[in-house]
Amino acid sequence: MIQVRISKAFPSFLLEVEFEAGPGVTVLFGPSGAGKTLTLDSIAGMMQPDSGRILLNDRILYDSGAHVSLPARARRCGYVFQNYALFPHMTLWENLAFAAPDLARLERHRKIGELLERFGLAALAGRLPMELSGGQKQRGSIARALMTEPEILLLDEPARGLDLHLKQDLYSVIGELRKSLKIPVLLVTHGVEEVFALGDHVLLYEPGRMIHRATPLELLRNPGSEAVAKLLGDFNLFDAEVLALDPGRQTSRIRLLGEEMQAPYFPGCFLGDKIRVCARPEELRVQNRPGANRVRADILSRLDRPQSLRLNFGDGLLVDAPRDTLLEGPLWVELPAEALRRLAG
Amino acid sequence: MPIDWFPLWLSLEVACTATVLSLVAGLALAWLFVNKRFPGRDMLDALITLPLALPPTVLGYYLLVVLSRSTGLGVIFPLLFTAKAAVLAAMLHSLPLLVKSARASLENIDRGYEQAARSLGADEWRVFWRISLPLARRPIAAAAALAFARSLGDFGTTLMIAGDIPGRTQTASVAIFDAVNSGNTTLARVLVLAVSVLTAAVVYLANWLESRRRPS
Repeated sequence: MIQVRISKAFPSFLLEVEFEAGPGVTVLFGPSGAGKTLTLDSIAGMMQPDSGRILLNDRILYDSGAHVSLPARARRCGYVFQNYALFPHMTLWENLAFAAPDLARLERHRKIGELLERFGLAALAGRLPMELSGGQKQRGSIARALMTEPEILLLDEPARGLDLHLKQDLYSVIGELRKSLKIPVLLVTHGVEEVFALGDHVLLYEPGRMIHRATPLELLRNPGSEAVAKLLGDFNLFDAEVLALDPGRQTSRIRLLGEEMQAPYFPGCFLGDKIRVCARPEELRVQNRPGANRVRADILSRLDRPQSLRLNFGDGLLVDAPRDTLLEGPLWVELPAEALRRLAG
Repeated sequence: MPIDWFPLWLSLEVACTATVLSLVAGLALAWLFVNKRFPGRDMLDALITLPLALPPTVLGYYLLVVLSRSTGLGVIFPLLFTAKAAVLAAMLHSLPLLVKSARASLENIDRGYEQAARSLGADEWRVFWRISLPLARRPIAAAAALAFARSLGDFGTTLMIAGDIPGRTQTASVAIFDAVNSGNTTLARVLVLAVSVLTAAVVYLANWLESRRRPS
């Protein structure tokens, strides 16, 4: 278990973060420059916060109050850097051996062999990093980090620069680690794909702070705030006005895109309140006749995807429709009541 | 008349010793400048660079005063007019070159490698010895080669503090000056040729080391 509460002031930026993470993959997700990597650096001892406390399995790594700051070498954090940081003048084998100088020779050989085997790198042990592909370097870097038997694994943008095939490879490696290692894995990314492919939990970052914690599924079902919805990308965001509220039936009536529509009950709202609601593009439907919760709209542009059509109706209205959808004649977009979620902020 | 090769051998011995000593001290100082913030850091930097800027005779005069028998330092280290003084003179010129170059080379290393080494449990000595130094070895070796060439040719400071004692402190540069003054052109030409060939070879080596690409 890792417990982090830190703050650090930079000339144009204040980083303030507080979270706990147990075994499993916790994804630190947010835009570039939000402070995700700085959080990893603080945990690993590469950067000293101004104040706060970091505990790893009840061991104090940093405590500003007690003036404790363990050096990076004593923290037992396996850090996989964005550019892998495999030492260029050492072979893959030597890179791994560097991480365990105190082990007896035979034990070290056994352990290196075992890890290289596990990551499918046994045949490449004698190669220099410059002779390895991106995916091989990355697996080598993870294997090297595991040589020290770390109490936490920190992965900084592991999927950056990898093609689709290598990403799948990485996902299976991390999936295997999740099963076999009973330690927290913190993974930094600004790609939504990794959040859903790898994360057991997600910590959402805005520049300088963590704004939300959820499981990927919770996040998808209800992003909670406009900032989160924007970070996740593919959400339709609308302004709406509350026209009626029915707590008994757990429904409400709202005006959205100029039409009166049915929506779920929004606790805490009053009649006349202006609110923001969101809906995922795949939850909206394209219809050929008017009806309840439908707005008249014309297609501005379309994008053919392998399994769906991304239709843009303008004013930020996006719909992912099945490929066989009939798109002739006048069209209406249906916003089902259950797809409309209120956003805070 | 047979050629006296002693000055050339002495120059080689002095240059080798000065380069090795400067390399050790230069690396330690460069590491200090790159990794530590301490009071007087800029002053120390300026002090190390000063011998490059001062006229050799001025530097020699200071050393004559500091190392004379009338000072405590001169009693503890009786270096004046010995071959060791020639080594000291050579070091004062090669050290700044090595410190500057080693510092720049160490600063140029991707810090990620050093941080990765620390995260793998390495202490600062191990990080320097196994990561920083091997990654910066080529430019540092090139600087050492240039420092060797610079040491080989020192004249002014060497003459001031080591003197011109044939068979004891007379280096090649001083011997050439002596030979020209006394009209021994054969000796002067032989020594000039030998020193030129040696220096050219070392400069070529330095350039070759500098131009070889570091693996990335």
